Amino acid sequence: MMRDETVKLRLEAAGEATERPISLAIVAMGGQGGGVLTGWIVQLAENAGWVAQSTSVPGVAQRTGATIYYVEMMRASEGKRPILAQMPTPGDVDVVLASEFVEVGRSILRGIVTPEHTTLIASSHRTLAISEKIAPGESIADSAAIDEAIGVTAKHSIIFDMNALAVANGSVISSAMFGALAACARLPFERSAYHDVIKAGGKGVAASIKAFDAAFDRATNGADVQPQDAPAKPQAAAPQMSGSHAVRALLDRIEDELPPEARKLARAGLAKVIDFQDLDYGREYLDEVDAILRVDQKAGGINHGFALTAQAAKYIANAMAYDDVVRVADLKTRSARRGRIGDEIGLREGQLFGTTEYMHPRMDEVAGLLPAGLADWLANRPRLYGWLDRRISKGRRVRTYSPGWFIALYVVGGLRWLRRSSLRHREETAHRREWLALASELASRDYELGVEVVRCQRLIKGYSDTHTRGLSKFAMVTDEIRRIAERDDAADWARRLRETAIKEGEGGDLEGLIKTIRSFA
Amino acid sequence: MAERSFAKEVEHLRLGEGEEFKGEAILAITKGLLQSGVSYVGGYQGSPISHLMDVLSDAQDILGELGVNYQSSASEATAAAMLSASVMYPLRGAVAWKSTVGTNVASDALANLSSGGVTGGAMVIIGEDYGEGSSIMQERTHAFAMKSQMWLLDPRPDHTRIVDLIEKGFELSEASNTPVMLEVRVRTCHMHGSFIAKDNVRPAFTLDDALENPRRDLDRIVLPPAAYEHEQEKIHKRLPAAIKFITDHKLNDFMGPEEGKVGIVLQGGMFNNVIRALQYLGLSDAYGNTQLPLYVMNVTYPVIDSELAEFARGKDAVLMVEEGQPEYLEQALSAVLHRAGIDTRIHGKDVLPIGGDYSVEALLSGFEAFLEQEDPHALGNRPPRPDARPVLAQPAVENLKSVVPARPPGLCTGCPERPIFAAMKMVNQELGEHHVSADIGCHLFSILPPFNLGATTMGFGLGAASASAFSKSSGKRSIAMMGDGGFWHNGLTSGIGNAVYNKHDGVFVIIDNFYSSATGGQDILSSRAHNKTRNTGNPIDKAVRGIGAKWVRSVDRTYDVGQMKRVLTEALTTKEEGPKIIIASSECMLNKQRRVRPIESKAIKDGKRVIKQRFGVDEDVCTGDHACIRLSGCPSLSVKYLDDPLRDDPVAAIDNTCVGCGNCGEVSEAAVLCPSFYRADIINNPTWWDRFKHRASMALIGMLQARRDKRRIQVEFA
Repeated sequence: MMRDETVKLRLEAAGEATERPISLAIVAMGGQGGGVLTGWIVQLAENAGWVAQSTSVPGVAQRTGATIYYVEMMRASEGKRPILAQMPTPGDVDVVLASEFVEVGRSILRGIVTPEHTTLIASSHRTLAISEKIAPGESIADSAAIDEAIGVTAKHSIIFDMNALAVANGSVISSAMFGALAACARLPFERSAYHDVIKAGGKGVAASIKAFDAAFDRATNGADVQPQDAPAKPQAAAPQMSGSHAVRALLDRIEDELPPEARKLARAGLAKVIDFQDLDYGREYLDEVDAILRVDQKAGGINHGFALTAQAAKYIANAMAYDDVVRVADLKTRSARRGRIGDEIGLREGQLFGTTEYMHPRMDEVAGLLPAGLADWLANRPRLYGWLDRRISKGRRVRTYSPGWFIALYVVGGLRWLRRSSLRHREETAHRREWLALASELASRDYELGVEVVRCQRLIKGYSDTHTRGLSKFAMVTDEIRRIAERDDAADWARRLRETAIKEGEGGDLEGLIKTIRSFA
Repeated sequence: MAERSFAKEVEHLRLGEGEEFKGEAILAITKGLLQSGVSYVGGYQGSPISHLMDVLSDAQDILGELGVNYQSSASEATAAAMLSASVMYPLRGAVAWKSTVGTNVASDALANLSSGGVTGGAMVIIGEDYGEGSSIMQERTHAFAMKSQMWLLDPRPDHTRIVDLIEKGFELSEASNTPVMLEVRVRTCHMHGSFIAKDNVRPAFTLDDALENPRRDLDRIVLPPAAYEHEQEKIHKRLPAAIKFITDHKLNDFMGPEEGKVGIVLQGGMFNNVIRALQYLGLSDAYGNTQLPLYVMNVTYPVIDSELAEFARGKDAVLMVEEGQPEYLEQALSAVLHRAGIDTRIHGKDVLPIGGDYSVEALLSGFEAFLEQEDPHALGNRPPRPDARPVLAQPAVENLKSVVPARPPGLCTGCPERPIFAAMKMVNQELGEHHVSADIGCHLFSILPPFNLGATTMGFGLGAASASAFSKSSGKRSIAMMGDGGFWHNGLTSGIGNAVYNKHDGVFVIIDNFYSSATGGQDILSSRAHNKTRNTGNPIDKAVRGIGAKWVRSVDRTYDVGQMKRVLTEALTTKEEGPKIIIASSECMLNKQRRVRPIESKAIKDGKRVIKQRFGVDEDVCTGDHACIRLSGCPSLSVKYLDDPLRDDPVAAIDNTCVGCGNCGEVSEAAVLCPSFYRADIINNPTWWDRFKHRASMALIGMLQARRDKRRIQVEFA
């Protein structure tokens, strides 16, 4: 580069005249305070008697979109001001500061992070992009891929969760990044010079300095910290059943009867169904899992790590602990909940809080809870049913912790005894039987296919319309799987069918895929 | 109250002779105007000019002291027409707007202004919104300057040069009786730099002087036969006068060696990047000591034939660096050289990109290609130049293309427009998709995920007008969107008036968020805030009824999604004739927070009872379907993974940036999604009655919970 002494310029090198300015790019999201950080950096240089120039392109990007700020700084020489460029040049940026982790990826794609020059200072935290959030199911960018790219592009890198650190110190991310910048020592300025800039700012100085220092130390001690795959996908601890002898007996059944591969999920599953209903329900759960295990053993599951049993242990629990009004009411009235909300809203000494639930029950939910017989009787009287629905189906603001509403929720939450005889339970049980029967039947012929069918339970989630849609997707997928069961690549197609069904309506086109399959089937 | 306050910075505008000014170019431009002794300033906000308007309105005291009349104009056309004060009187005036869109709106007035010509200096500050970060169609203002014959200044991105050209620009305008445009690009507007200030100048001739001694001169009015005279004047008087002034005052710069095999002609605005590109080629140092002759056009119209000819003569070839297309300057250059019989070869768009930003990277490649052909020796021993291509070619980097999600701009946390679009999406689910013509403003984000509403946008305030073709419907009706900003800019007449007169059957949604929000929260006619220098608080409802609209519904709390749905459904289905107009009003949350936060925190400090709200999600109730997010897209509503091996999908979660607007709760209720959302009402400094109620109910609740906990089979996680 210009620094390179071997470069023979046709003009006589006038000292620093052949040098490049120091260049910094700040990649951020609108509203993240990138402007503040930019201002600080410019001030830092000017205080040292340097010439500094910053440019930005706010435009509409300032509304949460990705944006970039660019700073160049250089000393004047005999009163001659340097001419500073207005945008970063790929392959020639000294410092890139990224205030969010995928923005690092974006800056790498811009070519402004390169091995010869670039010190990368980035926060490992994620602010998910809209496309990552709206996808049904799971669609979060793979941070590991960005790590890998950083490895081959950045000369040095300082990466940690600067947002968390800033918040922990009662400040905002710009202070933390400013601290990391000071620590990377790429700029020829003293730590105290940075402090002076912050102090001159006036607002929230103490907190900013605190965050700055914390980031400085963090960066100097533990530079090159690789970011955790944020948001972290935690590993569940095995639930330990405590209390009654009966519970331990069930737990022992898992240890004695199930293959190791399935135990962890079975424990979690058992915990879930008992919590949902009662001990008997827990036994019923284990019986179901055992039944699948027998199929699994016949189908030679030993060679497949008993995937069928393991997945069954997971999805049977989800199927048995269906989301009904009783469960919702129960969850909303639990003692642990209030504490959790308190933490979430950061409740402080002397504050009180109450909550309001946004509920919209419909006759269907009520009918689902009624004894099956009665529910059928009602279903056969559409006018009456409709009349009731009009009374029931409306948005209700439930003030959870007011005595009246709490008692109401509490009572509904205690209606477990009604469950087993309820219409909803009959439907859910029928669905479960049919689903597991299909899985068992297919597994004995095509192990992988059986496992895929078990996994299809994932399609059923949500409440009211969402739940109904889930059921119809499940039906479409499983019907199609039945049709193609004979194909030797059936398992593969089953997986695709399920994944498309999850994304159905939001980029997924289930009917389209089914047409495709039939076109060559 | 604007989004960004310049209250502190405007003090720099008081700097006097010899003091150093440091700050944003926008501020430097304002200072330049004051140093030039302007009598009046106007304009219309829009990136990159918004800050200029904000600076001016924050500087009203200083402007007052100098007797400058500042107006935030109703539209760019208004601003342009304002310049007519300089037609008869020796008054200097300046107006500013975002271009080319603003210039489109202003062009009628500009054409008339430049036909009659001016007595006092008239200047238009053009924020050229071109290239990366631009929010508009990619066009050049250059064409407007040529068609109306207004001089176009394109100063080097350097505060000293910009301010100097503002002062010289007024003189040029007066010397040639022609209005002048000063073009500054996005990055230059927001560029931090410095210059040595001069004293501000009070206009010698004031607006009052003009009003006291009114003048009129038929020859200045665009009417035959004067109009024909004007054209002759333009050709025979004003253009020569301008050329003389520009050459005499050396407004264009010749840089580098006099002689050279090749040379570069460039727009002033390109200078900094050109120098950097030359530096990479070892042909300049960082201080602009270039090895190649440069002709820097700080004035890009008129083109000074003599200067071009002089620069090109004796050179084998010249390169024209002209950002944007068509390549007017390159054409002018070839015409000039051809006429002068100079056979210097001309390069430009043959080696440089035809459209888009002239980044250092683009210029670098262009210069290499140019010198390869015309002067390979100039490339010396070819020092390594910055090149990211090998890095970008690495598989790990290639792979990122599919990993890094797009991050389009969206509605802010708690935006009152979100529930409107959520309601619209739900109504579409019930009544089927409708044709939606969108407008310019925050609400344009409705065309992006998660809402994906809006088929066209035809210009500011033209949302309603662009639905005119669909005025007669037998089945589905058209929906037109418009913001309050666009409504007052022209939508009242071009859209609503037109719809009333032509008995348009469609639905018109006017979004009233109390500010011109997309441009930075400036006040407008219908703003609710009290503004001591402007007349606010004029309801849109009265305006539309006044213009003859009959079916008008006002929703004064857009967050009431159910209500929004009902009103939209009624508008789309009612038998009534004529336009169905819905005015959906709630305060822009960005501005509301800025307004309310300080008040609230003070009240809390003072021990007053303050209820703050925020929302949350019960993670064990949420099933991870994300339907709520598809109807919201709120930045504070995200997803997170649970510590539960039985769960596949991340569940919804609300972070602590939530402002408690209520949209998510209302949506999940109206769309019958799920009961996961809760609103927490946090009582600060509760009264004794609050505490009593709390203690009483929690006693009962605690008892009941204890009872059930005892019966529940406890499951502990080790």
